[in-house]
Amino acid sequence: MKETRAYGSSRKFSGKLFVVEGCDGSGKSTQIYLLKKWLESLNYVVYFTEWNSSDLVKEATKRAKKKNLLTPTTFSLMHASDFTDRYEKLILPHLRAGYIVLCDRYVYTAYARDMARGCDADWVKNVYSFAVKPTIAFYFRVPLDVSVSRILNGRTQLKYHEAGMDMGFSTDPVESFKAFQGIIMKNYDEMADKYFTIIDGTLPIEAQQRQVREIVKNALNNYVSPIRNNI
Amino acid sequence: MDTVSFYGVGLPYLKNKKLPGKLIVIEGADGSGRSTQIAMLKDYLEAEGYAVLDTGLKRSNLVAGVIDRAKKGNILGKTTLTLLYCTDFADQLENKIIPSLAAGHIVLADRYIFTLIARDIVRGAKKEWLKKLLGFAIVPDIVFYLQANPEILLHRAFAKYGKLDYWESGMDVHLSTDIIKSFLKYHALLKKEFDYMADEYGFFVLNGEENIFQIQNQMRALLKEKILTNW
Repeated sequence: MKETRAYGSSRKFSGKLFVVEGCDGSGKSTQIYLLKKWLESLNYVVYFTEWNSSDLVKEATKRAKKKNLLTPTTFSLMHASDFTDRYEKLILPHLRAGYIVLCDRYVYTAYARDMARGCDADWVKNVYSFAVKPTIAFYFRVPLDVSVSRILNGRTQLKYHEAGMDMGFSTDPVESFKAFQGIIMKNYDEMADKYFTIIDGTLPIEAQQRQVREIVKNALNNYVSPIRNNI
Repeated sequence: MDTVSFYGVGLPYLKNKKLPGKLIVIEGADGSGRSTQIAMLKDYLEAEGYAVLDTGLKRSNLVAGVIDRAKKGNILGKTTLTLLYCTDFADQLENKIIPSLAAGHIVLADRYIFTLIARDIVRGAKKEWLKKLLGFAIVPDIVFYLQANPEILLHRAFAKYGKLDYWESGMDVHLSTDIIKSFLKYHALLKKEFDYMADEYGFFVLNGEENIFQIQNQMRALLKEKILTNW
């Protein structure tokens, strides 16, 4: 019991963790969906989870955002609570049981966004230091104007925090969104060498997916599924 | 407090800022007499003409609902609970304590980061992680620690509530299935952490088992000597 709560990096699991990262509009959610379909077609048991979706914390975050109550620190900590709730309850147990876990956004999203909001880089990294390092973290890189226009074309309105309106870059949501996404992209790019496998997000969807599957296939070389889906 | 100092990296927007108010922290276990002492101190300071804000842990409306709901169902991971408490603390620090200090008030804080640290170390968290996590906390002008033995706390808990609370008895730590044994062990562990921090952070240790008025007089004398004179 008195044992220190485990830090991810020092633990060994039989499960595999694949993560997708990238700016809004980079196409990462499409890619992880297709990856999931493929893994399931091979009869692997796959657990999928996405950012900001803990049943417990999501409502509070939504309410706080609506009322505009958050500072960069509390914004960061609310999202950390959400992540940690999913991590402790879902991600970590699935990995320990030997399953494949797919995460649409992982700690790197927090690094990129919280730093863009002015939180100290080391502080943010410390918050998430208990999280296990992914088997592969894909970064879907697209030029800023591409990702921004993908979002703006599919959307009539940007949300306040999504557009980074709390940053005070501009009173125009579109301008603010561009400026905010620019900083996030810069933060992603700076992390790329250290953490990411980069995929060119401007390639056709199926070409990207072929690359992703090839890389995942290699990573699963020695992996044995604890059970088979259809047995 | 003149120029703000922090325990860690701090809040970027407050670097080198001056806050004219004073931050007074009262720490100690449940039943150590904190609330009684704070109420008396508030009366005294207001009678002396100071503007006083009293505030405590878990009184912000950002996540308090989530914490209460989660505790009722006992469905939270330990790191998640820590981060929620930390969010709550950050919210109070940034939205209540700092504005009050900026306005020149005396802030009486009913518990501070030390309670969060002690509670979580007992639950297996790494101290270095916690200290960095809470590194945005302002260093108070003075910290009083009301020290009391677990046996005294046990009887005060019965006197106050007529029963022992699941969380205050540390039942989630699984020290014993017997609630009285658990309470005593849990509070002994907390006391050990507090006693250690008393040296580490320079608390003024007061014997919480003494007469209420005697303790109050010591606090007032210390405040006069350390804070109020030359302010």
